[in-house]
Amino acid sequence: MAFASIYVPDFILQAVLCAEPALRGRAVALWDGTPPLRSVVAVNDSATQAGIEIGMTEPQAAQFCGVEKRNRSRTCEESLHIALLQMGRTISPRIEDTTLDTIVLDLTGLHRFWGSQEKIARELARRAAELGLAVNVAIAANIDVALHAARGFPGITFIPRGEESKRLGRLPVRTLSPSVEILETLERWGVSRCEELAALPVLQLSERLGQEGVRLHELARGASVRSLVLAESEMRFEEEIELEDAVEELEPLAFLLGRLLDQLCVRLQAHALAAAAIHLRLTLGDAFEKEPPIRGEAPAAEAPKNYEKTMRLPVPMRDSKLLLNLLRLQLQADPPQATIRKIALAAEAARHRAAQNGLFRRNSIDPEKLELIIARLANLVGSLNVGSPETMDTHRPGAFRMKRFAPTPNEMKFRRKTGHTIAAANRKAEDEPKLRRATVALRNFRPEWLAKIELREERPLHISFRGMRGRIVAASGPWRTAGDWWQEEAWHHDEWDIYIRFDSGALFLERDLPGEVQDGLYRIYYDGLRRSWFVRGRYD
Amino acid sequence: MPRNFAQLRSQVEGALAGRVAAPFEYRERRATENTSTGIDEIDLLTGGFPRGALTEIFGPACSGRTSLLVSALGMRTAQAEACALIDACDAFDPCQAEAAGVELKQLLWVRCRNINHALRATDLLLQGGGFSFVCLDLSDVPRKTVRQLPLDAWFRFRRAVENTQTILVIIEQEPNAKTCASLVLKLEGGLVHWSTAQPREISEARTGDFAWPSFVRLLDGLDVHAGVVRSRINPVSRMEFREGRISSATSGSSNSLETIFRANAMPWRFTDARVEPKLGSFEG
Repeated sequence: MAFASIYVPDFILQAVLCAEPALRGRAVALWDGTPPLRSVVAVNDSATQAGIEIGMTEPQAAQFCGVEKRNRSRTCEESLHIALLQMGRTISPRIEDTTLDTIVLDLTGLHRFWGSQEKIARELARRAAELGLAVNVAIAANIDVALHAARGFPGITFIPRGEESKRLGRLPVRTLSPSVEILETLERWGVSRCEELAALPVLQLSERLGQEGVRLHELARGASVRSLVLAESEMRFEEEIELEDAVEELEPLAFLLGRLLDQLCVRLQAHALAAAAIHLRLTLGDAFEKEPPIRGEAPAAEAPKNYEKTMRLPVPMRDSKLLLNLLRLQLQADPPQATIRKIALAAEAARHRAAQNGLFRRNSIDPEKLELIIARLANLVGSLNVGSPETMDTHRPGAFRMKRFAPTPNEMKFRRKTGHTIAAANRKAEDEPKLRRATVALRNFRPEWLAKIELREERPLHISFRGMRGRIVAASGPWRTAGDWWQEEAWHHDEWDIYIRFDSGALFLERDLPGEVQDGLYRIYYDGLRRSWFVRGRYD
Repeated sequence: MPRNFAQLRSQVEGALAGRVAAPFEYRERRATENTSTGIDEIDLLTGGFPRGALTEIFGPACSGRTSLLVSALGMRTAQAEACALIDACDAFDPCQAEAAGVELKQLLWVRCRNINHALRATDLLLQGGGFSFVCLDLSDVPRKTVRQLPLDAWFRFRRAVENTQTILVIIEQEPNAKTCASLVLKLEGGLVHWSTAQPREISEARTGDFAWPSFVRLLDGLDVHAGVVRSRINPVSRMEFREGRISSATSGSSNSLETIFRANAMPWRFTDARVEPKLGSFEG
């Protein structure tokens, strides 16, 4: 049996650095607590060199220039912990969630898949680095030995069976996480290293420190025995970031979203998954100033505290740049009306799309690229004006609705044995007689044009609309359609197909005045409910 | 100053190095693959719509432009090809198009309210690629507005579809793309056909108190005159396309080719159970 432990040193600091990669390489100090009792809780090496120490109060730390100071972020720590667990699960299904900064993996039987323990350790370190983490990895036959070695030794450590006591002996006793009282007692005794603790007689230690002393003695010798406490599998892909300074504009917001999406996509990729939907939740701060209401008008409603948006994707994706572009387009179309204090992103995981193109199949649209194009088009003309039309189950003239454009890929297969070429196959398909008839198409006017009709014996003789008057030289109708009388949206139309000759139509054609009003075949109708005539469209 | 042609040539090649691979090398035009328009007469006239090229269809209102578009859409969508229609005036009728054989699921319809939106949408769709058929419908946009479009838009469109499998069709009232169009088709409306039921048939249709009029008229169809104004389609490929359709196909010359086809009215009225004929028709 072998166990691997992963420990993230300076966990709270690394959590902030993961959320703000721009801080890497700079002096950073974190403080925690409520003002005015805030104090520094974590610093990196650069900040230490600059003179900042843990425990300094806010006014003391504020004197150091060139040091980035941030608040401790528990949401970032939680996100990082979940990411750490998910990363561990990509290597081993049996995993212990020891503490926020430490996990233990059971490596039993994994050598067939991953190879030697060295390879596993390197793979763990590599995957952690992909998340932006610098971790310590230790592998040992004992759970606690691996745990303490990871906490005590930097980088990758292997402890062979039988050498546990010897290797752990160099570690300070505080690595075993004793209580403060016991640690003080041990320090008074002059015991500072694990080998010194292991050298003490167990019986006398038990008399003085109790069972806690015995447990520490076992840990120091690497002789403790316990089972792995398995963590429940929870596949949550969420990223959060709390902002010290509220964001007001979309550009810096997109920058932050990009960072969170990068993290999400790395985690999804580690599980060979992709996002089927992205949920964005923004916690809003102060609302943007609006013009005061005019006297007599009702005051504006209270601004919402949250802004939520869900982006459903036609196919699972994990390209962070593409997802960012889609989110940006949605935010541009419907921006939040207040400053942003907190960003939370969650991905609904799904299996990644696998597609195999055929040699003889015409290239179809890449669904990911198509989604981006449609999002841009929706941003340009409005989301209700882009998509596939779908006719509705009603007799109402011209009733349709728009739905998401999701074309069926071309599945035509061409048999090479019979020598069919693509052109020949196309031609064969095109030769079907049922598709060879041309039909007169109607071009609709949206909204319909209001018209005035002169009738004689209930038949239209003259028509005028949009400032033009014409003679109806031929007509067919009326054809009555009615329906939905039991609803508010009832209709009652008497339709006519008419040929109009405008009084000066030829002149208008020549002079290109109102291009839309020309002689020709039109469809008009009398709306029995509104008691008016309308021009529905023109045949073309 | 270069002293001779060779020096001038090398100087130009040097100036364009890195941007144009071989500026003086003749690039042979690739044989275009033509696809059916869905109307036999137009296929025989033009050889079909060329892929990787810009086709321009122009004519006044009621000249059959939309009928030709719907036929082409029906043909392309029937083969599960992805099509896009950029509708500058939001005039497309999906119900009639579906009845005419268009698979609406394969059609991306972009409903624009002005020509600038239509041009930007076309740019997006062409640059994105992957669509088999893209149509920019400027039929109802005033001629003056279309005329004022910058010429580089047409060049950009042509360049975007070059060496792709996309058919780009632009429908308008008069030709504007000039040399960027590989095929320019002019349409004009002809006779309007009305069918009249015979009195004998009508007299048999008496039901209850309702009496049919002396005659009933239906819109039967519309004749459309089509002519090729310009065609760069390889005559050989045009002949190949016609192979098997007619043996005595028109020769490969691209000018003065005309044909007439008839666009039939949709026989929807009497197939719809809820539609009730109320009165007859008349001649004005």
